[in-house]
Amino acid sequence: MLEGALRPPEQSMTVGVLALQGDVREHLEVLRRIGVAPVEVRLPQHLAAVDRLIIPGGESTTIGRLLYRYQLLEPLRARAGRDLAVWGTCAGAILLAREVLDAKQGGQPTIGIMEMTVRRNAYGSQLESFETPLMVPALGTPPLPGVFIRAPRIEAIGREVEVLARLPDGTIVAARQGRLLATTFHPELTDDDRMHRFFLEL
Amino acid sequence: MEKSTWTTKVGLAQMLKGGVIMDVVTPEQARIAEEAGAVAVMALERVPADIRAQGGVARMSDPELIVAIKEAVTIPVMAKARIGHFVEAQVLEALGIDYIDESEVLTPADEEHHINKHRFNIPFVCGCRDLGEGLRRVAEGAAMLRTKGEAGTGNVVEAVRHARAVYSEVRRLQSMNEDELFVYAKNIQAPYELVRQVAETGRLPVVNFAAGGIATPADAALMMQLGVDGVFVGSGIFKSGDPMKRARAIVEATTHYNDPKIIAEVSKGLGEAMVGISLEQLPAEQRMARRGW
Repeated sequence: MLEGALRPPEQSMTVGVLALQGDVREHLEVLRRIGVAPVEVRLPQHLAAVDRLIIPGGESTTIGRLLYRYQLLEPLRARAGRDLAVWGTCAGAILLAREVLDAKQGGQPTIGIMEMTVRRNAYGSQLESFETPLMVPALGTPPLPGVFIRAPRIEAIGREVEVLARLPDGTIVAARQGRLLATTFHPELTDDDRMHRFFLEL
Repeated sequence: MEKSTWTTKVGLAQMLKGGVIMDVVTPEQARIAEEAGAVAVMALERVPADIRAQGGVARMSDPELIVAIKEAVTIPVMAKARIGHFVEAQVLEALGIDYIDESEVLTPADEEHHINKHRFNIPFVCGCRDLGEGLRRVAEGAAMLRTKGEAGTGNVVEAVRHARAVYSEVRRLQSMNEDELFVYAKNIQAPYELVRQVAETGRLPVVNFAAGGIATPADAALMMQLGVDGVFVGSGIFKSGDPMKRARAIVEATTHYNDPKIIAEVSKGLGEAMVGISLEQLPAEQRMARRGW
């Protein structure tokens, strides 16, 4: 349903980074390094001006509450995957997922549009945060440095979702559904900008 | 697979940016903080205002309380160890929390040495009043800094002083040549390599939050506009009349710190703020910020 065919033929490049909370600056800096002039998105009028959006790493409960409070959830649900390509890193992947496990007591607001089930903080406390190289065939042969910080885990995916990368034990760590992209790790904390370039092609 | 690397330690602090870390003394308060949008909670037995009022030796909190708070929320949990008390830090690491604050709010255990934080897998945040103090802590392994301010006063003046000191020094460094950097590093008693890194990048080597005296949404936005990456709110929330409302307002003001209309909106009808302490009324020996070397 959320196919690339819905993408407008005239592909413009106004790239936004959701700037409610999290490692916004790191994403902005990678984008600038590869020649994109990104904008910060905090309010609906900022969102209306972009056709690509990165949701950074941060706390999904915090970002979700601010998305709800500042009326960003509805426009995101209406546009994401259609005329708005969206990439969620870590907390961003949680916010994109249709189903969230180990959510805050009482639930938490999410965008909930990507056909996958994500478990929050699935590896344990900060002491279980780790780095590991990842094979990502879509990005070529050299491994991508993977930085996982209190990371979530993609535990199930729908039929329309394509797996882009797994850990050696089979855990899905990057996935794509048309113009929606989710990574449970942080390419923005490394010098490797291939995932950002990949997103700009979606 | 490598765990607890420098990148993951510094990285968690990067994920907290633009957020508010709140002091909580019960699991119920922790849930209120999480509900209000805190990015993390600081689990402790007494908030700084009570430590100040009650006096005595302030130590690491009861592990039972810290674990209960950890179980109550899904966001990161931090806890405080005394300056130099590396066994309290070992205990906190064993509890599997997410960050340790080696904090001047507790009574120091060592008047010469801070904890050698490189020896730990868990990351540390430390307080600073100026660039030299901050870089000394980073050299010891701190993966995050916070300006000290004066905890438990509800008075933002010291937080402002410390943030201004840190960032004006960062700006000055950028205009210095190498000869001057050597002397400057010596004068501020910080490692030359870190001083040179700050001069080259124009920023601190790790994330820096504000702490100590932040009590209102406008206080939080003030600190953000001065250049910090986020804020700690200690006594300011749960010593106020309506903690949930104030917590939410401070979270929103921290996100929208450059938008005075939003700060005005969220500041309406928050009820009573915590009773503040004027710094002139605070004798030197009661200043927590002076602890740390």
